[in-house]
Amino acid sequence: MIEARELTKRYGDKTVVDNLSFTVRPGEVTGFLGPNGAGKSTTMRMIVGLDSPTKGSVTVGGRSYAGHAAPLHEIGTLLEARSVHPGRSAFNHLMALAYTHGIPRSRVDEVIELAGLTSVAGKRVGAFSLGMGQRLGIASALLGDPAIVMLDEPVNGLDPEGVLWVRNLLRSLADEGRAVMLSSHLMSETALIADHLVIIGRGRLLADTTVDDFTREAGGGGVKVATAETAKLRSLLAGPDVTISSSSAEELLVTGRDAREIGAIAAQHGVVLYELTPQSVSLEAAFMELTRDVVEYQSAPADAARADTGQADTERAGTAGKAA
Amino acid sequence: MTVTSLAPAPASTPARTTNYKVTGPRVLRSEWAKFWSLRSSWITLGVAVVLLVLFGAIASYTYSPDAVTTGGPPGPGGGDSDAVGLALTGVTFASLAVGVLGVLLSAGEYSTGMIRSTLAAVPRRLPILWSKAAVLGPIALVLTTAGALAAFLLGSPGLDGEKIALSLGDDGVLRSLAGAGLYLGLVAVFGVALGVLLRSSAGAIATLVGVLLILPGLASLLPDSLYDNINPYFPSNAGSAVYALHQSSDALSPGAGLAVFAGWVALTLAAAAFRLRKTDV
Repeated sequence: MIEARELTKRYGDKTVVDNLSFTVRPGEVTGFLGPNGAGKSTTMRMIVGLDSPTKGSVTVGGRSYAGHAAPLHEIGTLLEARSVHPGRSAFNHLMALAYTHGIPRSRVDEVIELAGLTSVAGKRVGAFSLGMGQRLGIASALLGDPAIVMLDEPVNGLDPEGVLWVRNLLRSLADEGRAVMLSSHLMSETALIADHLVIIGRGRLLADTTVDDFTREAGGGGVKVATAETAKLRSLLAGPDVTISSSSAEELLVTGRDAREIGAIAAQHGVVLYELTPQSVSLEAAFMELTRDVVEYQSAPADAARADTGQADTERAGTAGKAA
Repeated sequence: MTVTSLAPAPASTPARTTNYKVTGPRVLRSEWAKFWSLRSSWITLGVAVVLLVLFGAIASYTYSPDAVTTGGPPGPGGGDSDAVGLALTGVTFASLAVGVLGVLLSAGEYSTGMIRSTLAAVPRRLPILWSKAAVLGPIALVLTTAGALAAFLLGSPGLDGEKIALSLGDDGVLRSLAGAGLYLGLVAVFGVALGVLLRSSAGAIATLVGVLLILPGLASLLPDSLYDNINPYFPSNAGSAVYALHQSSDALSPGAGLAVFAGWVALTLAAAAFRLRKTDV
């Protein structure tokens, strides 16, 4: 269990992590999401004591990380893949870490096999590909048989087979009762692995939710209706929680009623519909919508001039950004 | 490679009792393993010993009483050559090599990112510094003492019949040779401390060279009265007093030199410990 309480980190006058509180629970995979520069890595570094918080605190298994007799048994981390001396072999790297805790050689062999590194264990890490480096990082995270596994962008650089491997591995670790935390800037990827989501932007907590809730909320993209009699349909559909917007003369975007209801009402009143399409918002789009005001490094929108109806066009919802 | 059955489930169950525990000796063991598992350690250590032996032997063989020593910069002890001084001609070069070795051992972790793994395993941090010093110091001491001895023994035949020839049994010879090893062991620890203090291989090596080689030269620009007073206390001058056979008039005694040089190293170590403990990685 990781508990962050009002965690704050400032570098000079720049606040990288701002009053962040969240909990990572055992038996769950917690996805830690945010755009680049949101403060994910800094937060993770504070969790394992590499950086000290300016304010607030974070505990691992009930006490500060440095207070544990066997830190690697509490939390196994993959911070950046290249936290390894390139001149050392994978086996020697893991062995050096194992010695500090009295972890036996057999456990080192075990994690090497688990990570699929058996054939390259004797090679210098400098010759490793990014994907192999990630596997080594994951192997070292698992070395101490930790109660918590914390991985910063674990699928970066992995091939599809590796991504699947990480996904299954993290699932099974959580199913064993371990707490799993992984950071990512990819919502769609994280939604496949995680149960719980902690979303941050500019160091602040934006959402602390479950994947199910997030998906449900993101699903409310409305229904696109095309008809010749827009004015009539508008008045028929009106209701307390219903909002209707229109993007062209023959199109309406209805939220608050589902497609089935709209179809039934239209049929009842003899309104001819040309189109009746539920608009599903992709998780990625919903995530970008949530974080678009707090993106640290924003690229100039490709078509800033095309500031149009926005809401109706889910594809553009994210990319348009601040079309001002 | 062992043929084990492919366990489908992750290798262990989360039973929360464990024998795993970080202890001082275990951190020491880890640093020992880290040191020997890098090729650069072997190479740099080898270079240090070879320089020491080679320069010492060459200086002894090329010695002629009429000319001033040729093989490299003047050995310790100034103009008055003695057999030990000649045998230890390579100490200056060897000191750079072992100092660099110390820097590589510590600052190398920062430049490669290894330090994150290291400190995640040992979040109390300071045992890492002590262990690095405790691993490298004795290794350098033992090997360079052996190297100094070898340089002297190899060089001795070259001085056969010369006035200045000495044998191992002569007064102060063994002490000087052991002093050279002691000095070089401390230089290695100095390198470790500089690396942790500055966190950059280039910066630490530059500082090492500056302190050991350039500082005494620069200081000679000072007014004479001031220079004469502080000169013996510079790290490299205090250090060379440790292994000089005859104490020159403007130098410290071997014991005092050792104390002063060890003081410099201790000071640097303390600063390194402070930075390691207090600042983010």
